[in-house]
Amino acid sequence: MLHILYERLNVQGYRTMAYPAAPPNPPPERFRGLPVIDSSKCPPNCRECVDACPTSAITQADGKLSIDLGRCLFCPDCTEACPENAIAYSQDYRLAVRNREDLVYDGRAVRLAESLDEKSRRIFGRSLKLRQVSAAGCNGCEADVNVLSTVVFDLGRFGIQFVASPRHADGLLITGPVSQNMKLALEDCYACTPAPKFVIAVGACAISGGPFIDHPEQINGAASSLKVDLYIPGCPPHPLTILDGLLRLIGRIEHEFPPAAK
Amino acid sequence: MNGSAGVTIRNGQALPLADVPHVSTTAFLAAIWERTRSGERISALFGAPGVPGDAGKTRLFAVLADDQHGTLVALSTSVGERYPSLTPDCSQAHWFEREIAEQWGILPEGHPWLKPIRFHHSYRPGHDVWGRKPDDFIPCSVTNYFKMAGEEVHEVAVGPIHAGIIEPGSFRFQCHGETVYHLEISLGYQHRGIERQLIGGPNKRTIHYMETAAGDTTIGHTTAYCQNLEALAGCRVPARAQVLRGVALELERLANHTGDLGGLATDIAYLPTAAYCGRLRGDWLNMTGLWCGNRFGRAGVVPGGVRYDLHDGYVQQMRDRTAGARQGLTGAANLLFDATSVLARFEDTGVVSLEDCNKLGLVGPAARACGAERDVRHDFPSGIYRFVHIPVSAVRSGDVFARAYIRWLECQRSMDFLTEQLSILPSGPVRQDCKPLEPDSFAVSLVEGWRGEICHVAITDGKGKFAAYKIVDPSFHNWAGLQMALRNQAISDFPVCNKSFSLSYCGHDL
Repeated sequence: MLHILYERLNVQGYRTMAYPAAPPNPPPERFRGLPVIDSSKCPPNCRECVDACPTSAITQADGKLSIDLGRCLFCPDCTEACPENAIAYSQDYRLAVRNREDLVYDGRAVRLAESLDEKSRRIFGRSLKLRQVSAAGCNGCEADVNVLSTVVFDLGRFGIQFVASPRHADGLLITGPVSQNMKLALEDCYACTPAPKFVIAVGACAISGGPFIDHPEQINGAASSLKVDLYIPGCPPHPLTILDGLLRLIGRIEHEFPPAAK
Repeated sequence: MNGSAGVTIRNGQALPLADVPHVSTTAFLAAIWERTRSGERISALFGAPGVPGDAGKTRLFAVLADDQHGTLVALSTSVGERYPSLTPDCSQAHWFEREIAEQWGILPEGHPWLKPIRFHHSYRPGHDVWGRKPDDFIPCSVTNYFKMAGEEVHEVAVGPIHAGIIEPGSFRFQCHGETVYHLEISLGYQHRGIERQLIGGPNKRTIHYMETAAGDTTIGHTTAYCQNLEALAGCRVPARAQVLRGVALELERLANHTGDLGGLATDIAYLPTAAYCGRLRGDWLNMTGLWCGNRFGRAGVVPGGVRYDLHDGYVQQMRDRTAGARQGLTGAANLLFDATSVLARFEDTGVVSLEDCNKLGLVGPAARACGAERDVRHDFPSGIYRFVHIPVSAVRSGDVFARAYIRWLECQRSMDFLTEQLSILPSGPVRQDCKPLEPDSFAVSLVEGWRGEICHVAITDGKGKFAAYKIVDPSFHNWAGLQMALRNQAISDFPVCNKSFSLSYCGHDL
């Protein structure tokens, strides 16, 4: 017992982050967050980034680039292919939205997720129970959802908890492209969740199929089967991105912490 | 023909495809049987219809590993619609033969346990060993499970969705009271069709498949893939990149082993270590993030080297952070292994004997916890491990304690490696351009991932594109070990046994 107390007091310490009351520790310098697009730099007839993108997330129309953040793997294939640095990644970890179309990003501000209506906030704002379903996720998103329950992020302090049964849940948090083999289990799980209920899609796979887009073995994400209420993009999203998304949904983000300019 | 059929190949070497012996099925099976009987392991055994074989037949390849002598052997044959199963005399082959049957509709005659492993249609339409039609719906994990009969015998079905945040799989326990007599594991829910998409590559998606084959093993699988590409393109990876790959691989091991120690503590409700390891795991992931911008190492490893260098400031930060995390992890591990209540729970739980381990061909920490001293970094070293020898850790008891303690031993070795390598980083470039791949070639790549041996086999066609690409995740070998560990255990021991193996569902299902 004394060893445990000694370890806690002298080595391990108190580790829970002050966020969302204070800014979080910034992600690493090389972190690839919200892209920065400057179409004015694009050389005429250049399609290097469009062709390099592994998931066809980038489109070009009338000389304007746009990136579907729901398909984006946040990899450097486009930034490396671009001869003029027309695309770069920022440190901005805030990416969650309520509508699928809000993920199609042309360089202007992203319409970040709005909170639930007043009545729903009263019900869920201080107690939100989620059932996580991995539907062919690679264990990247799963791992960074799991991490929210550690002492660092301490999801419990917001009343958010992952529960063992859909019967106890207010919603599902889905990862993975939804394989044909998981589709039935996912739909059963949704049916077992009492209404009112939400669906949260975490990661490129759950939003669009991610690297597995259009494989016949999967269905291009949760929205192909269920109505999705919150989209959290990334491959996988940083834990801060997921936490930010969940807190936005229940109206618990009171201060915005935009990243420091590079 | 005798058991010596086969060509010797080094880890990370490419050979002309014609140098891989193409022998009769009898000689092929005899060679595998004799070699495994004398202690070798099956690293890969797979069908490759994209590679020309005898007319109207399917080409099968095998890669066998001799851990004692550090040699790999490759051989091949052509089979028709059926061949005599190896499994009755060679248990290691059981899962591989089920995969061949499912993917290519080839019947291993006499296989005692012939069921699908991923629940998809045959890749050769019209050839299905279970007689299913191409438009039949295949419900996942619906199969004839092993059943036990008798008074007060009952079955417990768990999954595919489990209680925690974890990938899906289906588990059937045959129980009498609290005692599990048999556990059968049926997977396939995570099947995304990766291997099929690799044929005809490499293309712009290929490396992303490698990074997400098992997303918690991004560095391991991507390194295995890059070694194959470099062998096929005759590309030499610069020294500094070799070290950085080693650093990334050991960080991946540290993150996952630390997480598993915390998970094991959680499962027996020993909360101090559970809480500390949850945080410390993040420290290792964040170090990977410092290097390449992503906590799981996405975009870090590329053919020809690594994408990101570490400048001096980052090297210093990594060293400082390693020292800090080491202090925290040492404290957390000492609390765990000094607590008698923990030891009472871990010891003699979920025992796998060395004999069963060898028969099943287990790999990684699960094998080393049974006393099998096999480690790719030691037996088939590539990259930095050719120059820096990490001692192989082994424990003999084969129980949950052994699988927990081996992780702590390996963490210490990995931390020593990081501390040393980060103070003697060679200078120079970190990436070399790779030429197009050599046509009609065969390459094997092994990496000791945190779960054990990752084996990738690449075969190119006449144009230098993949005619076949085989991925064998360590979990492919080790799920059978978990089944054995549960025999004669209380069913309440399942979570801690499962965590002690910590296997990949998606790495298995691909």
